[in-house]
Amino acid sequence: MRTNDVILQTTTKVVFFIIFLFAIHIFFAGHYTPGGGFVGGLLTTGALVLLLLAFDLKTVQKALPFNFVIVIGIGLLLALGTAAGSIFFNVPFFTHAFDDFTLPLFGETALHTAMLFDAGVYLVVVGSAMTIIQSIGGDA
Amino acid sequence: MEFVLLIFLPIVAALFIPLLFKRMKRIHTGWFVLAVPLILFLYYATYISSTMEGGHAVSELRWIPSMGISFVSYIDGLSLLFSLLITGIGSLVVLYSIFYLDKNKEKLGNFYVYLLLFMSAMLGVVQSDNVISLYLFWELTSISSFLLIGYWYTRDRSRFGALKSMMITVFGGLMMLGGFVLLGIMGDTYSIRELIAAAPNFVGHDYFTLALVLLLLGAFTKSAQFPFYIWLPDAMEAPTPVSAYLHSATMVKAGLYLVARFTPIFAFSEVWVWLVTGIGLLTLFWGSFFAVKQTDLKAILAFSTVSQLGLIMSLLGAGAITFHSDDAVFKFAMFAAIFHLINHATFKGSLFMIAGIVDHETGTRDIRKLGGLMSIMPVSFTVAFIGSMSMAGLPPFNGFLSKEMFLQSMLAIRQFELFQFDTWSILFPVIAWIASVFTFVYSFYFVFRTFAGKRKEGQLPQEPHEAPAGMLISPVILGILVVGIFFIPNLVAKWLIKPAVAAIQPNLYQQPADVDIHVAAWHGFDSVELWLTVGVILIGALLYASLTKWQKFYGLQPANFSLNALYDGMMNFSEKGMNRISRFYMTGLIRTYMIYIFSFISVAVLVILFVQDAFVVDMDSFAHIGVYSIINAVVLILAVCFVLLSKTRLAAIISLGAVGYSVALFFVIFKAPDLALTQLVIETVSVALFLLAFKYLPALKDHGESVKTKMTNGIVALGVGITVTLVALSAHSQKLIPSIAQFYKDTVKTEAGGGNIVNVILVDYRGFDTLFEIAVLSIAGIGVLGMIKLRLARKENSDENK
Repeated sequence: MRTNDVILQTTTKVVFFIIFLFAIHIFFAGHYTPGGGFVGGLLTTGALVLLLLAFDLKTVQKALPFNFVIVIGIGLLLALGTAAGSIFFNVPFFTHAFDDFTLPLFGETALHTAMLFDAGVYLVVVGSAMTIIQSIGGDA
Repeated sequence: MEFVLLIFLPIVAALFIPLLFKRMKRIHTGWFVLAVPLILFLYYATYISSTMEGGHAVSELRWIPSMGISFVSYIDGLSLLFSLLITGIGSLVVLYSIFYLDKNKEKLGNFYVYLLLFMSAMLGVVQSDNVISLYLFWELTSISSFLLIGYWYTRDRSRFGALKSMMITVFGGLMMLGGFVLLGIMGDTYSIRELIAAAPNFVGHDYFTLALVLLLLGAFTKSAQFPFYIWLPDAMEAPTPVSAYLHSATMVKAGLYLVARFTPIFAFSEVWVWLVTGIGLLTLFWGSFFAVKQTDLKAILAFSTVSQLGLIMSLLGAGAITFHSDDAVFKFAMFAAIFHLINHATFKGSLFMIAGIVDHETGTRDIRKLGGLMSIMPVSFTVAFIGSMSMAGLPPFNGFLSKEMFLQSMLAIRQFELFQFDTWSILFPVIAWIASVFTFVYSFYFVFRTFAGKRKEGQLPQEPHEAPAGMLISPVILGILVVGIFFIPNLVAKWLIKPAVAAIQPNLYQQPADVDIHVAAWHGFDSVELWLTVGVILIGALLYASLTKWQKFYGLQPANFSLNALYDGMMNFSEKGMNRISRFYMTGLIRTYMIYIFSFISVAVLVILFVQDAFVVDMDSFAHIGVYSIINAVVLILAVCFVLLSKTRLAAIISLGAVGYSVALFFVIFKAPDLALTQLVIETVSVALFLLAFKYLPALKDHGESVKTKMTNGIVALGVGITVTLVALSAHSQKLIPSIAQFYKDTVKTEAGGGNIVNVILVDYRGFDTLFEIAVLSIAGIGVLGMIKLRLARKENSDENK
C-alpha cells in the first residue's frame, strides 16, 4: 500500500503523538477515571494504524522496529507475573497491593500493583492488534 | 524417610538425562542411568527381612485429599516382589543397553528418559494402595511403552506397533478405571486395603460382576491375554532391551499383579475363577501353538511370553479356588503362580537378551537364515540353552519346578466340584498338557534352529562373532539365576514367594511362615506330574523332529481370518467412518459454521426461554426514553439498512462504522464513558482494518450467493436478533438477586484502592477473566499470523509435506 498524501502525512506526524500521549494518559488515569489498559492499548493501536494508513507498512516497520509477537509475550508474562507475585507474599493468587507514596516530581502518588497487571493488558492488546493488522496488511 | 517419594526418583533423574547426554558425550549415558535402579534395588532389598515376617510398610503423599486421592506406597510381600523385579531386571537391562545401543548413533537422551519414566510408572502401579493413583501410573506405563516401541520412529512397523499397543492397553485401562470407580462406589473408599477389608459385603451387589469384568479387561489387555494379545508381537519393534524389560519381565506382568492384588476382593465370585483360569489356559495354549509358526526370533519369544503369561494367569485363577474350598490340594496354585512369575522373568529376560545379541552380531533375527552359531557364540549359546530348557520345563532349571507345580495344580482342579467345574474340569489338565508339549517344541525350535545345525553360508548380513563381554554380563547373571533357583527354591520361597502368597491369600495365611509348601524336584515315581513331564518330553521331541513336515500347515490359516485382521479392520472402519461423518457437516466454509452456531444459539435460547416461562417484560424498570435516544436510534437503523443495501463494499464498511459509532453514542447517553470510549476506539480500529484488507476482498456482488442462501442467512440473522432482544428484555425485567453494583461502590475505595469501578473490575475484582481474555486475544493474534504465514508458505510450495 503506497500512499503519497503530503497533507495526511504531515498531519499524522503531529497527531500520532497527540493520540499516543492521550493513550498513555488514559492508561494511567484508568484506575480513577474512565480509561485503563484495554482502551489505552486500543488507542495506541489506533495511532499506529493511522501511521500505517498515512505511510506504508515498510516505513512504519522501520520507524518502529518491534516484533509485536514478542510484545504479546512480554504482556502476558507481565500480567501473569503480577498475578503470581502475590504467592510469594503468602496471600492468595491475584491479590493486589497498593499504597500512597510521595515521589519527587509527582508528589503524592498512589502506586498499585493492578497498574502492572494493566500494563500487561495494554501490551497484549497492542501486540495482538498490531500482529493481526500487520499480517493481514502485509499479505500481498 | 517418606519412601513414597522414591517412586518418583526415576522421573526426577530423567530430567537430567538430556543434559547429561548433550554435555557428556564421551561417557555412555546409560552408566548414569544404571545408578537409579541399582540404588532402588538395594533399598527395596532391605525390606525383605520385614516382609518375610509378614510385615508391611506404608508411606503416604496426599494429593487431592478432598476426593480421597493420594499417592500411597504400600509395601507388602507382593508389591516388594514386583518392586525388586522392576529394579533388579531394570538394572540388568540398563547395563545390557549400554552395549546394545551405540552412544554415537542412537538418541540415548530420548531412550533413557522413556525408560526411567516407565520405571517410575511401574513402581507406582505395584506400590499404589489408592486405585486412582494406580490407574494414573497404569496409563503412564502404557504411554512410556508407546514411546519406547516407537523409539525408532522413522520405521513404519515401529509406529504401527506403538499405536496398536497404545490403543489396546489404553482401552483396557479405561475399562479398568470404570471398574475402580464402581469399586469406589461399593466400598466408599479408593484404598485397596480398605476395599479388601470390606470385600465380603460386595458379593451380590449390583455392580460386583460388572466391576469384576471391567477390571479383568484392564488386566487381560495389559498382560496380553487372548484375544488382546495381538499387540505384543507387534511391540517387538522396540529395541531389544525394551522387549526384555517391558514386554516380558515387568509391564506385561502388571495385569498379573492386578489380578493377584484384587484376588481377595473378587475371588468369591464364580465368574472370576472361570474367567481367569479359562482365559489364562486358552492364552497358554494359543500362544504356544502359534509360537512354532513364527520365523522371527523375537516373534517366537513374544508368543512364548503370551503363552507363559497365560500359564501364570490360569494359576492365579486356580489359586482363587482356595476362597471356596479348604482342600490342601488347591494351595499349590498361588504359590506356583508367583514362583513361575519369578522364573519366567529370569529365563525370558535372558532369552530376549540373547535374541538381541544374535540380532546385533549377525544382523538378522530370521530363524530361517540362522544356524550353526554354537561354535562361534559359545557363551550366548550356553545362556540360550539354559533359558530354553527352563522354559521347556526340564531339570535342572527353575522352570522345571514351577512347571511341575503348574501341572499339579491343574490336576487338582479335577477335585473342585462347585460352579459346574465337575463337568468340565478334565479339560484343564488336558489343555495344560498339550500346551506344555508345544512349549517344549518352541523352546527347542528357538535354541537349536539358531545355534545348532549347519551354518547357512552367505545368508547373514554380517560376519557373526561372539558379543562383547559387557553385553553378556546381564544374560549370564540371569542364566546363573535360572540354574541357582533350581537348587535353592525353598530359600527363594522363604524370602520372596511366601510373603507374596500370604499377601494374596489373607484368608488362608496370617503370616508368610504359615504357607506350608515345600518345593521339591523329586516327588517319587508314583507322582502323576512326573509322568506328564515325561510324556511332554517324548511327544515334544517327536514333534520337534518332524517339525519341517507339519510346520507348513500353519499357512492354511487365511490371512484375513485372524485377530490382527479384525483389529486392522476396526481401525480402518473407525477412521473412515469418522471421516465420513466429519465431511458431512464440515464444509470448510466459515459461513456454514456460523450458521450452525447462530441457529443453535437462537433455537436453544428461545426454547429454554419459553419452556421455562422466563420471558417477562417489566416496563417500569426501563429508563426514560429521551429525544437524543430516539434520534440516535433512527440513525442506527438507517445505518444498518444502508449496510444491507449498499452496492459497494466501501460504502458498506463506512456505514458499519456508523452503526458502531451510534452504539457508542448510546453509551454516552446512558452515562457509560468507559464503554463509549472502548466502543469508539474499537470501531475506529476495525474500520481501519477493513480498509487495510479491503483490496484483497472480492467485490460485493461476487459472493456467489443465491437467493436461497440469502434467505437462510436472513432468517438466522433475524432469529439471533430476536433472541438477543428478548433475552435482554427479560434479563432486565427480573432480578433474582440484588445487583452487585452496590458492593462495588462500597468497596472500590477501601478494598481495591481505586476510583473507576469498571477498570477495577477488569484488573482486580475479576482479574481472572481479564487474564484469560488477554490469553485468548494473544492466541487469536498468533493464530491469524500463523494462518496467513502458512498460506503464504503453501503458495510457494504446494505440498506442505515436502
